[in-house]
Amino acid sequence: MALLQIAEPGQSAAPHEHKLAVGIDLGTTNSLVATVRSGMAKVLNDEQGRSMLPSVVRYLPDGSIEVGREAQRHQADDPRNTIVSVKRFMGRGLQDIAHSEALPYEFESAPGMVRVRTRAGVKSPVEVSAEILKSLKGRAEAALGGDLVGVVITVPAYFDDAQRQATKDAAKLAGLNVLRLLNEPTAAAIAYGLDNKSEGVFAIYDLGGGTFDISILRLAKGVFEVLSTGGDSALGGDDFDHRIYCWMLEAAKISPPSAEDARRLMERAREAKEYLTTHDNAPINLRLKSGETVDVVLTTEIFTEITQTLVSKTIQPVKKALRDAGLRPDDIQGVVMVGGATRMPQIQRAVAEYFKQEPLNNLDPDKVVALGAAKQADLLAGNRTSDDDWLLLDVIPLSLGLETMGGLTEKIIPRNSTIPIARAQEFTTFKDGQTALAVHVVQGERELVADCRSLARFELRGIPPMVAGAPRIRVTFQVDADGLLSVTARETISGVESSVTVKPSYGLSDDEITTMLQDSMAHAKDDAFLRALTESRVEAQRLIEATQVALHEDAHLLDAAEREKIDQALAKLAEVIQGDNRRTLNMTMDALVDATNEFAARRMDQSIRRALAGKKVTEVADSALGAAAGEEKQ
Amino acid sequence: MDLSANYFALFELPTTFELDRAALDSRYRVLQAEVHPDRFAGSTDAERRRSMQWATRVNEGYRVLRRPLDRARYLLELQGFDVDAERNTAMDPEFLMEQMEWREGVMEARAASDLAALEDIHRRLKHTLEARYDELGELIDQRQAHAEAAGKVRELMFLEKLLSEVDDALADLEDA
Repeated sequence: MALLQIAEPGQSAAPHEHKLAVGIDLGTTNSLVATVRSGMAKVLNDEQGRSMLPSVVRYLPDGSIEVGREAQRHQADDPRNTIVSVKRFMGRGLQDIAHSEALPYEFESAPGMVRVRTRAGVKSPVEVSAEILKSLKGRAEAALGGDLVGVVITVPAYFDDAQRQATKDAAKLAGLNVLRLLNEPTAAAIAYGLDNKSEGVFAIYDLGGGTFDISILRLAKGVFEVLSTGGDSALGGDDFDHRIYCWMLEAAKISPPSAEDARRLMERAREAKEYLTTHDNAPINLRLKSGETVDVVLTTEIFTEITQTLVSKTIQPVKKALRDAGLRPDDIQGVVMVGGATRMPQIQRAVAEYFKQEPLNNLDPDKVVALGAAKQADLLAGNRTSDDDWLLLDVIPLSLGLETMGGLTEKIIPRNSTIPIARAQEFTTFKDGQTALAVHVVQGERELVADCRSLARFELRGIPPMVAGAPRIRVTFQVDADGLLSVTARETISGVESSVTVKPSYGLSDDEITTMLQDSMAHAKDDAFLRALTESRVEAQRLIEATQVALHEDAHLLDAAEREKIDQALAKLAEVIQGDNRRTLNMTMDALVDATNEFAARRMDQSIRRALAGKKVTEVADSALGAAAGEEKQ
Repeated sequence: MDLSANYFALFELPTTFELDRAALDSRYRVLQAEVHPDRFAGSTDAERRRSMQWATRVNEGYRVLRRPLDRARYLLELQGFDVDAERNTAMDPEFLMEQMEWREGVMEARAASDLAALEDIHRRLKHTLEARYDELGELIDQRQAHAEAAGKVRELMFLEKLLSEVDDALADLEDA
C-alpha cells in the first residue's frame, strides 16, 4: 500500500503536483484508456503495444477471468462464458435486448437489469463491465507508475439514466473514482476542437459498435456548448454485422446454426464488413461444425442494399437534433466522424449527402473519444492552469416526466436542457386523510407511460392527514452534471420536512454493490476490508487537501472561531486517517464537511462576485465572440 | 449575491423586458465558468453540492431570461402578477376568432400534407409574434401596464403553443 503524505494544516499539499487521471472509452466492441502527459493526450498501450482492448470478458473453469484479446479467442469455443458487447445489456431488461434469442448466453430476467448465467455464477452486466474497467485501470497504473486520482468514463450521449447509473456502478465496483461521466460525442468534440482550434457549430456523428449518437455543438473560445443531442442506444456496427450474418445464412442456405457456429459466422461477417471498407467485394469461405459450408461473395452493392435501413435510421436522429437546435444542415460548419463504424463507405456517403459537405475524418475514429476523455480528466483533476482551460456545457438527451392519470406522461424536464438542472413539481392528495402518494418517474419522448422507460417508482409516506387537496408536497427532480437523476420530496404546508432520495429502479442498490465487491474478493476476505479502508483513506486525503487549498486561498472569509472549528476538524481527520477504524474515519470526514459547509458557500459567492466584476472590463470584446444562439423555441 | 437573488440581479442586467442578448450570453459563460461542477471535481462534498445548486440556478436563469415569453412571465411575477393563476380570465373574443382561423389553417395544411402552406403559416406566425413581443415590451418597460401585459402574455402563450404545433407538423412532413 502506498504511504499517504499528510501536509501540516494550513499548508497546501503540493498544489502543483501532477495528478494521475485518465479517460476511459468503455466501448461496445473495444475499450481504450488515455492520459495527458506533457500536455499531450496519448492512448496507453498494453505490454504488447496494442491500444484497443476488445470489450470481451471470459469466465474460465479454474475461476480466473480473462479480458480482451485472450477472451476474444475463445468466443467461438466457449460462447456461454465469454461475454461480448456487454454494453448493450447495461441498464437493460431482457425485453429491451434486440436479437437476444440469437445470442449464446443463458439470460436470467432480474428486476431492473438482465443477468447472464456463467460457470462463475450469475453475472450482472455491471460486474462484467467492471472487469473491463479493472483491466484498463491495471494497464494505466502500470504505465503511469502510481494510483489513479480519478477517471472520466465516456458514455453514449443517448444513454438514459439507467444506463448511466449502471456505468457509474461498474466504475465503483472496479475501484475507480469517477470524476465525470462524459458523453462520447462531447469527448470527441473536445479532442477535435482543441486540436484544430475550431470555432463555429459542428455536428459529431458517432457510430460505435452498438450505439449511435449525434450531437450538435457550438465551439467558441474556451466553451464547448452542446445545443442538442439525439441518437439510438441500440444501433451500431454490430447491427451491420448481424445483417451480413442473416444474409449469409440465406445465401448459403444454412439451417439455424449452433451457438458456436453462430459466433464463427458473426466473426466472418465482421471481417467481411471491414474488408469492404477498402475493397469492392469480400469472399466468405467457412466450414461449419455442422458440416455445412459457406462459400459466398458479399459485394459492396449487396452490403449497401441490406444495410440501407440501418443507415437511414441514423439520419432520422440527425434531422431531429438539428431541428431541436433550431438549425439547418447548411448551418453546420463541419461534421466530425467518430467510431470505427463510420469507416463504412455507405455511412460516409449518406452523411456527405445529408450535410452537403465532406465529413471530417482527420482524427482516428477509434481513439478520438478516449483522447477527449483524457483531456477532460486532466482538466477535472486540476492539472491545467486557469488560462489554459475550457468550459463544457452538456445537455440531458431524453425528457424526464411523471405518470399522470390515465397512463400519460407529463414532462418535467425537456430533452436538451443544459445540465445540471432541477425542476420542482407540487403534488397534493385527492382523498381526505390520505397519507401516502405514489410517484412514477419515466424517461422518454412518448406520450404514453408504457412507451417510456420507467426510472423510479416510489411512495411518499408520512404525509400529515389533511383534507383532500390541502397538503403541498414539493418533489424536486435534480439532474447532475453526469446526467444522473435524484429525487427529493418535502411536505411544505405542515412544516414536516421529510426528504427522500430515490435511486432509479434500474440501478443497483449500495448493498448490492457491496455484496458484489465482497464476492469479487471471495478469495481473500481480508482484502475486502483493507480495500474499503483504503478507499476511505483516499477519500479522506482528498478532503484534507481540498480543505487546505480552500483555507490557503480564502482564510479571510472566516472569523477566528470559525477557523478554529475547521482547523480542529482537519487536525482530527489527519489523526484518524492513520488508524484502521473505517467507521471513525467516515464520521470524522462527515464532521469536517459539516464544519466547512458555510465556508464553501461564502467562497462560491465571492468567486461569483469577482468573476462578474472582472467581466465588465472585457465584456465588449467577448460579446463580439459570443454570437447569439439560434432562434429560441418555446 | 446569494442563491435566491432574482435572475436579472444574478446576471447583472436591468429588470426590463428589453434584453442585451450579447451581455446575457457572455455573463452566462462567465458565471458557469465559476460555478460549474467541473470546477469542483476535486473539492469537498459541501463545495460540490453548492456548485451544483449554483450551476442549476444559472442554467435556469439563462433559460428564463433568453426566451421572451418566459422572461415576460418572470418579470410580471416579480411585479406580483401571476400569469398562470389568472388562466380562467375571459379572453378577447376577437383574439379567439383569430386563433380558430390559425388552427383551421394548420389543420387543413396538415391534412393535405401541404408543406408550402405550413411554411407560410409558420412565417406569418413568427411575424405576428415579433410584433406582439414589441408591443409587450412597450407595455412593460415604458408604460408599466402590468395587468394589461399579463393579458397579452396569456395570448402569447396560445400563439407560442400554436407555433410549436406548426413546427411539429413541419417536422412530421419532412420526416415522411
